[in-house]
Amino acid sequence: MNGQAVTVDSMRLALVGVPNCGKTALFNRLTGSRQHVANYAGVTVERKEGSFVGPARRRLYKVLDLPGAYSLTPTTLDEAITRDFLLGRLAEEPPPDFIVCVVDATNLRLNLRLVIELRDIGVPMVVALNMSDLAASRGFQLDRARLEAELGVPVIETVAVDAHGERKLVERLESMPHPGRRQPLAWHDPTFRQIQDTQREVRRVLRASGYVEPLRKQALARLDALVMHPIAGPAILAAILFFVFQAVFTWAAWPMEVIDTGVSGLGAWLQGTLPDGALRSLFVDGILAGVGSVLIFLPQILILFFFILALEDSGYLPRAAYLLDRLMGSVGLSGRAFIPLLSSFACAVPGIMATRTIPNLRDRLATIMIAPLMTCSARLPVYALIIAAFIPSRAVGPFNLQGLVLFTLYFGGIIAAMLVAFVLKRTALKTAYHPLLLELPEYHWPHLNNLAIGLWERTKVFLQRVGTIILALMIILWFLSSYPTPPPGAEGPAIVHSFAGMIGRWLEVVFAPIGFNWQISLALVPGLAAREVAVGALGTVYSLSNDGDVAGTLVPMIAQTWSLATALSLLAWYVFAPQCISTLVVVKRETNSWRYPLAMAAYLFALAYLASFVTYRVASGLLS
Amino acid sequence: MSPVSLASLGKGARGVILDVRDDAQSLGEEAQSTVSRRLLELGFVAGEPFEVISVVWPGGDPMAVRLGNTTFALRRREASAVLVETGTTPRGA
Repeated sequence: MNGQAVTVDSMRLALVGVPNCGKTALFNRLTGSRQHVANYAGVTVERKEGSFVGPARRRLYKVLDLPGAYSLTPTTLDEAITRDFLLGRLAEEPPPDFIVCVVDATNLRLNLRLVIELRDIGVPMVVALNMSDLAASRGFQLDRARLEAELGVPVIETVAVDAHGERKLVERLESMPHPGRRQPLAWHDPTFRQIQDTQREVRRVLRASGYVEPLRKQALARLDALVMHPIAGPAILAAILFFVFQAVFTWAAWPMEVIDTGVSGLGAWLQGTLPDGALRSLFVDGILAGVGSVLIFLPQILILFFFILALEDSGYLPRAAYLLDRLMGSVGLSGRAFIPLLSSFACAVPGIMATRTIPNLRDRLATIMIAPLMTCSARLPVYALIIAAFIPSRAVGPFNLQGLVLFTLYFGGIIAAMLVAFVLKRTALKTAYHPLLLELPEYHWPHLNNLAIGLWERTKVFLQRVGTIILALMIILWFLSSYPTPPPGAEGPAIVHSFAGMIGRWLEVVFAPIGFNWQISLALVPGLAAREVAVGALGTVYSLSNDGDVAGTLVPMIAQTWSLATALSLLAWYVFAPQCISTLVVVKRETNSWRYPLAMAAYLFALAYLASFVTYRVASGLLS
Repeated sequence: MSPVSLASLGKGARGVILDVRDDAQSLGEEAQSTVSRRLLELGFVAGEPFEVISVVWPGGDPMAVRLGNTTFALRRREASAVLVETGTTPRGA
């Protein structure tokens, strides 16, 4: 057969289970990297599908990893999608041929109720008794055959984190005839009494199956007492966040340099190879410079996501959300919002993508709206330039004045974010009370295989964004900055005569009250591509040679020509910096609507203008 | 021992779940039924032993409750729907 798949039929499997049951690990084990991540039609719930061919090469399995659900009576959008899919209520998704209900063998009391609910919708099902090795080693006792008999559905032991831990499940699936498509039975939300009856049934089944739960290990209880201690807990959290921050900025420095060198090397090579003209400029100044300036954040994003995935896998993140619930709740956000906001310090794009973990839609929208106020690393080059030019490096107590200004800018963004969230949650995004009710899963060591697959997924999504929509925008911006070409004998750099130059001069009228000259106004136009591109654009406008250390030669230039009030005004502008097209595009993608990106751009612009206006006027008044 | 609300307990309190009320006024109309239902689904059912293992300062809210082999974080507002009996040894455990 030359290793080629000769499949006879295909079977659609749905993996269902409560959150933290190891469902995604089993999905990874079954399908490897043959996965496709998209959204369910019309909503931003992640749809993960993969496939594998059975060992007999007769059957293709299409596996859908449904969002985690405690129940068929949903409290989140994720749970509603899972229910609707299983009951065949989604327009573009037929119900599954077969359900694999994944249960955590160390937490059957919580998991079995869903099994009984699923059994009653009439779609053929097997139960994957996951983490069965862990359960055995921790002293859990269970008669699998009795459980199977009591439940009336096959129960198969799996170990999702071990190679071949899925083998018994696959063998069982292979031995089963294709059930054909069956319409799920009608489903009604159970009454309180019915839920209580099901819970009694769960406990009866467990007793009948000889289920014995060990006492929790003393070490784990002590770890929880420390991690969730009212004083030590927040201190540990702060230390972890500080470490992650350090790592993102220091570990990423080297690979970022490599990417930078690679991009400029490729640029220089193209510069020498292609004939002078529009095509060369498009490739070098447009595509390569633009895409390169976004791609350079990939190392930071990967390191950040590595820590987030590891903390999530270990069981720590829900505990952090628990500790921060009160603090975030004071401005109306959920404790879960802290993960996306943390990511946004590297770049708002992955931060906004990470808001998918927030169950309530309005909480999620509020988090998306404030994510760009976290000082992303793209703003650092701009801050560095202005601080170097205008803020003297002098000691203020134990601190350095330059460092203090930088800290103020970061802190200003956080304060602004809190205020905006506070206002949003009381006006446009007001929600009814939303409960916390968060499961804090048992600690365990993160698994490298899952981390690798998770990181690869993130990288793929990021590269797809860079390669499609962001690339297209870079080309448009390059066109605006290059055409029309300057008339013969014209003075000054070419960009002054382009559309971008014209826009810059119109903008000057708008920006004059906040102290921006036409050079700054113009530089903000290509800065739409990515915030730090404004630094390079300033270099171009001031007719500096584009090779070599632009920032180095810019510092004395702007120090001479700008007033301190103008510099401070530009710093205040960049705390809000509405001009990041990549962010706005991701918001559009994540919310399926232009409403939120437009509202975001408008409010950020208004705040930026207001902050700069006040800064400029106050500084001018004090310094004159 | 008379029944008390889970929301009235501090760190270290142990006892047994008695019932979940579906008329908890503190939760607001929209949330009360779904919260009570979800509490039942998560295993806050009569006879289950529990322990309050952590509270967050200030105000001791939210709280973390060990129930069976799982830990749940919940706010006092949700906890007010859970009736418990403290200080007794778990029945049938």
